[in-house]
Amino acid sequence: MKILVPIKRVMDPNVRVRVLGDGRGVDLTGAKMSMNPFDEIALEEAVRLREAGIANEVVAVNCGTEAGQDTLRTALALGADRAILVETSERLEPLLVSKLLCALCEKEAPQLVICGKQAIDDDAGQTGQMLAAKTGWPQATFASKLALADECVTVTREIDGGQETVSVSLPAVVTTDLSLNEPRYATLPNIMKAKKRPLERTTPEALGVNIAPRLKVHAVSEPPPRGKGERVADVVSLVARLRHEAKVIP
Amino acid sequence: MSVLVIAEHHHQTLAATMSAVVAGAGELGQEMDVLVVGHECAEVAVQAASLPGVTRVLHVDAAHFAHPFAENLATLIFEHAGQYSHLIAPASSFGRDLMPRVAGLLDVAMVSEVMEIRSPDTFVRPIYAGHALETVQCFDRPCVLTIRPNASDVLAPVRTLAPIKALGATPDLGLSRFVSRAHTDSDRPELGSARVVVAGGGGLKSGRNFIDVLAPLCKSLHAALGASRAAVDAGFAPNELQIGQTGRIVAPELYIAVGISGTPQHLAGMKDSRVIVAINKDPDAPIFRIADYGLVADLFEAVPKLVAALEGHEV
Repeated sequence: MKILVPIKRVMDPNVRVRVLGDGRGVDLTGAKMSMNPFDEIALEEAVRLREAGIANEVVAVNCGTEAGQDTLRTALALGADRAILVETSERLEPLLVSKLLCALCEKEAPQLVICGKQAIDDDAGQTGQMLAAKTGWPQATFASKLALADECVTVTREIDGGQETVSVSLPAVVTTDLSLNEPRYATLPNIMKAKKRPLERTTPEALGVNIAPRLKVHAVSEPPPRGKGERVADVVSLVARLRHEAKVIP
Repeated sequence: MSVLVIAEHHHQTLAATMSAVVAGAGELGQEMDVLVVGHECAEVAVQAASLPGVTRVLHVDAAHFAHPFAENLATLIFEHAGQYSHLIAPASSFGRDLMPRVAGLLDVAMVSEVMEIRSPDTFVRPIYAGHALETVQCFDRPCVLTIRPNASDVLAPVRTLAPIKALGATPDLGLSRFVSRAHTDSDRPELGSARVVVAGGGGLKSGRNFIDVLAPLCKSLHAALGASRAAVDAGFAPNELQIGQTGRIVAPELYIAVGISGTPQHLAGMKDSRVIVAINKDPDAPIFRIADYGLVADLFEAVPKLVAALEGHEV
């Protein structure tokens, strides 16, 4: 069984977000870039399935600029068997990424696609479900547990107020929640080995996908600051302020 | 053209967030249909029909919609999408699962987690866990949105019900099968729609303390219970209580953070609450920078006192 894992390159989660003064976006100049943390979890799950003998190939895919190959090398060091870079300098929206991935799914015919549930830059949370729509495959989103058996994947989903377990037929798209697993670190020997693993390149044109944007970002701004808060001396004054000033308790 | 709002419900009751979602969708100033899909959920259709601003409720009842999986539901919405300028669902696990699939079927872009509707095609939404806000225009029609319900937007139901129209179901695609559901059994309100949220962090020190200290406070405020990621990672609280960038995003009228230091990832999940209270013994905890009312105190003393004070006892 082949598993496809789409991987996004994002600003490292530990880097402080700074909004550019001219409203054009977030300052990425010189910022450390990393694999989207949810995609790391997706990759880890795929690699574990291969190590368990359930899958036999893990293919990592990145859609974006040339720099994406660094992230794909990391994916190879973490256990992906091969990598595909869909190269473009255009800004890619989730819908367009889902179309590129759909084209790759036709070519690669994976039985399972495991995606992160969202990227930590645009926080859109759309790509996996859109890919499922495009391929006509079932989807199991926000997975915290995953088991494969009899042409089905059984997934425990983290939903509001609890958990839901569903079983979907293969091929399928699964998106990962944070609690699915704890990803490993790349070891030096694996980083060295990753350099020799195959990294194929293609383009949106070669995949026959039109990537004209459908959204336009007009401005990126700082969120409005909250009013300056105050310290209260004790519980009694807290209750009084909440009751008479903020009027949030009866 | 009118707007279609997809109702989230729990078989017999409309999700409490739907009132705020309908209020948000109402800002578009267009006629509004609400789609209620389920099995034996006529009561939900009536509840939806009583929300102010609703023009019409469309009700689909079929056995295979008892568990409204995104695959079947998206196909049904796709069939009717042509008549609408906007398709809107709450930014909950229900809406987040469903709406990108709808957009994918329609081959249109989507705007997630809308906080503000600037114009019929321009929206404000958070990016980078709320560290920045993006103003984005969508050129596609229909405009597919999930919107963040805001607890202060809740409207009182109206007496004159909107008409309810039955619609035919699309067939079962048979792609997913329901296995089980484990709901955190609790008489507390649901996190996403609660007016008051009490959340605990690493300062609670154990799972037992987490409940022993916070449950009485939740009870006296009729509050939902939440947790920081630190508390979840330490095993004090189950994952579904997690508030933050990687968990639930909440915006209640009152948020009480107990023993929570206030990491950026936690603040991303609660900083749009109307009033924030922080109780922490560390005076330098970052949570105090966004709290409207900060109490520097040992939570194990302060919280029981707070419960007593709320219940009108001398403290």
